[in-house]
Amino acid sequence: MARIIVVTSGKGGVGKTTSSAAIGTGLAQRGHSTVIIDFDVGLRNLDLIMGCERRVVYDFVNVINGEATLNQALIKDKRTEGLFILPASQTRDKDALTEEGVSKVLEELKGRFDYIVCDSPAGIEKGAQMALYFADEAIVVTNPEVSSVRDSDRILGILQSKSLRAREGQDPVKEHLLLTRYNPTRVSAGEMLSVADVEEILAIPLLGVIPESQDVLKASNQGEPVILNVDAQAGQAYSDAVDRLLGEDRAHRFLDEQKQGFLKRLLGGRG
Amino acid sequence: MSFLDYFRSKQSPRSAATAKERLQVIVAHERGQRNQPDYLPRMQQEILEVIRKYVPVEQDDVQVQVDENGNCSVLELNVTLPG
Repeated sequence: MARIIVVTSGKGGVGKTTSSAAIGTGLAQRGHSTVIIDFDVGLRNLDLIMGCERRVVYDFVNVINGEATLNQALIKDKRTEGLFILPASQTRDKDALTEEGVSKVLEELKGRFDYIVCDSPAGIEKGAQMALYFADEAIVVTNPEVSSVRDSDRILGILQSKSLRAREGQDPVKEHLLLTRYNPTRVSAGEMLSVADVEEILAIPLLGVIPESQDVLKASNQGEPVILNVDAQAGQAYSDAVDRLLGEDRAHRFLDEQKQGFLKRLLGGRG
Repeated sequence: MSFLDYFRSKQSPRSAATAKERLQVIVAHERGQRNQPDYLPRMQQEILEVIRKYVPVEQDDVQVQVDENGNCSVLELNVTLPG
């Protein structure tokens, strides 16, 4: 039975799409057929991050409205076997995603894939609620920063009260904390909330910590999920997170300040 | 980190501690509200209007709160009457 995983956060710009792309790719790399769905109607961006923006013909809303079949709308990833992308529509119609429509498409996808990764839009409006409604698991992407942590807590409240699992009294949505843009140097200087601080406040299990890294911007510039960059710490951290998501034990890495040489610090070297 | 930063003492205030404290307070407050039923603010308003028929009270003089006590909920109503 396919697992539906929503990648959500409440706040925008914390790394939902970057994380959806990385985690979806990671799942497919490990042999699980995976589809990543962009739920951000009107602000399509997963295609850019995945580097398939020029191959979009039909989208999620076309499939819901019966204007295209799933096969026509799904984009097969060229780098990773077993990975597909379902792009968001660029329509300005806010009500394009209906509960029945989304449910119908997800049912069809469940028969074909092991994992369905739902890349949620920011906010707590319809699109975000639709992205999390059918989820079995939720990856709550959070930055170590006050507004992001508060919004994550708000989204956790919505998961616990407004998801299908909550409404029908089934087992609750399994929650995971993914801390992104983490800067150990600033944490040790007392300028940034630590992993422990955020864990204590949100009180959900930690899936992974992604260090702040220039490789993430580089990856999105190139339209390549950062997890494919095996030399990058951010890529390795996402890889560990995917392993943990699949139930494996992986120690957390990149949590401590990296000591730089005197000369490098003097010259303003970058981690 | 630049040349000058290297010689600067690390005595900056630990703003992360402030962030954590503020978050703990606001998150606890918002979680408390989250579990309250949606009708509570409207009910508070109506109760206020009933009381106002008899006694002049302000909005803040009526506090309505729901407390969970195991398998039953207790509706607590606090009205501060003018002395």
